[in-house]
Amino acid sequence: MIPHEYFLVLAALLFTIGVIGVLTRRNAIIVFMSIEIMLNAVNLTFVSFASFLGDSIGYIFVFFVMAVAAAEAAIGLAIIIALFRNKQTVNIDEINILKW
Amino acid sequence: MDLYTIIFIFLSVLAIASAIAVITRTNPVYSAIALILNFLAFAGLFLLLNGQFIAILQILVYAGAIMVLFIFVIMLLNLAEEKRLSEKFDYKRLVAVIISVTLFFIISYVFLFKGKPFLQPVQSVYSVNAGKVEAIGKALFELYLIPFEYVSLVLIIGILGAVILAKRKFE
Repeated sequence: MIPHEYFLVLAALLFTIGVIGVLTRRNAIIVFMSIEIMLNAVNLTFVSFASFLGDSIGYIFVFFVMAVAAAEAAIGLAIIIALFRNKQTVNIDEINILKW
Repeated sequence: MDLYTIIFIFLSVLAIASAIAVITRTNPVYSAIALILNFLAFAGLFLLLNGQFIAILQILVYAGAIMVLFIFVIMLLNLAEEKRLSEKFDYKRLVAVIISVTLFFIISYVFLFKGKPFLQPVQSVYSVNAGKVEAIGKALFELYLIPFEYVSLVLIIGILGAVILAKRKFE
């Protein structure tokens, strides 16, 4: 069997890859995909603890996280569509009207 | 080296490789397909951890609904390929990567060396019954009913918001 910590370190590694994607990429849709990777890594942490401790609350929290992530993805993509209609770009470097 | 370990190594390598593919491809469609592969690897990892309900939910919700949404939007916007990522070697990107790797070391230090009080198994080490639909349904509809209703409210607000934001304004 796999020791407990392997799953947690794997989740931390995937979370880090998501963070690098959010900070590095300029395409707004790729940034959204990296956010989904981060959410999935957190889900993996919750499921690991739920499995190790034998409590269902971890799985239930993952259920809530998935529902909220679905709603957030829908609204975020709608915002990107509205943004693209006005500026014809999804490059986050060019969306800088509020820049001081 | 039993079958559990082999499957764990395979799924974790698949998840890491597809996540790196998501953040490094220039074509957004390639990133979306790599993300689907990542979600399937996660579903397999959830199944290894006795989370049967969550594994099926992952495939249905993430790989089935959210990725379809992503691909619809990518096709709708008809995006061109992003310019080569390493055109100019940006010091900002290097600093971002270094900070992220520091974050990884901090998190794994906490999990590996400070996590002993939280990782004491209560009953058996890998208890199967917690992840089955009966246990989750019983807890979800008895103890956590109010958050469940709030989540349905969140989803309705999400639907309304997405429709209003993406609607064409008729002048």
